Amino acid sequence: MGIERHLNDTVHVTNLEWFVNWARKSSMWPLGFGLACCALEMIATFVSRYDLSRFGMEVARPSPRHADLMIVSGTASKKMLPAILRIYEQMAEPRWVIAMGACACTGGIYKNYAVVQGIDRWLPVDVYIPGCPPRPESLLDGILQLHAKVMKEQSIHNPRVTNIKVAGR
Amino acid sequence: MNQESIGEKLLAKFGPDVIRTAVTFRDQVAVTVAKERILDVCKFLKEDPELAFNFLSFVAGVDRYPETPRFEVVYQLYSLKRNHRFRIKALVEESEPGSAVIDSVASIWPTANWHERETAEMFGMTFRNHPDPRKLLLPEDWTCHPLRKDFPLYGTDEDTPDLRSKAGSQGI
Repeated sequence: MGIERHLNDTVHVTNLEWFVNWARKSSMWPLGFGLACCALEMIATFVSRYDLSRFGMEVARPSPRHADLMIVSGTASKKMLPAILRIYEQMAEPRWVIAMGACACTGGIYKNYAVVQGIDRWLPVDVYIPGCPPRPESLLDGILQLHAKVMKEQSIHNPRVTNIKVAGR
Repeated sequence: MNQESIGEKLLAKFGPDVIRTAVTFRDQVAVTVAKERILDVCKFLKEDPELAFNFLSFVAGVDRYPETPRFEVVYQLYSLKRNHRFRIKALVEESEPGSAVIDSVASIWPTANWHERETAEMFGMTFRNHPDPRKLLLPEDWTCHPLRKDFPLYGTDEDTPDLRSKAGSQGI
């Protein structure tokens, strides 16, 4: 029926929102930065054995202005926090955040005066990945969860707003 | 030289008023030095050809709260020339806030610079004549001293906030 029969396989019809979401999740460039031991698992996820490029994500950007995804990979110390927030503020919309590992999720074993007790106190986290550190499979699973989340977004009619003013700044 | 003979040599040079106690634990001697003479003792330890402690392994602090004197400063020495080690300590009392003061040994071993900066910020001691008395690890605007025994491990919102206001969080 309909238009597909006339056009055969030359043209595909879809809705715009699905297409935008698909494009976003298929080339979601992560920011190339790591905070602690979780960063090593993140590096392992990037390189050939786990090969993050299968998901269009191998291009870790050194500049936050090119990046779509911030993977908070490790312990966020209070002294590092201003730098993390500054980097996040420099990222262009739309932007996503993954809290990777127990420390980024909750502070982990570092329940003390020097460590931020969960990066979600300061950043809008999309996916939490537990583990100390999480294996590359866990990170991949978290990334796929984030992709599924992106596919459900109303990117045209109700675009996400993350340019929240960080409290206290 | 072995540990005992180093201690005896120090005692012979400075006398019991300066070299106060020597504790032996597992064949290691730790000598307590009067803090007023710490510079003289360190200079002697470095420059005496038999001792020749040309390498300062570390400077560290100890909080013996609630004892008096409250603080200890520990100097671990090593001689690359003679291949022997020695440990000296100085007791520092804090009768009122900010009164824990000891001379800096950075003029003798430059490596003491950072070690003393860390000891100073963590215990709230002051190293007199330190060449660069800034904080080493903690944020510049913190005024607390986390390695003190009476410091709460989790910190407090006033002393150790995640982030100061924009005016307070400088450097980034």
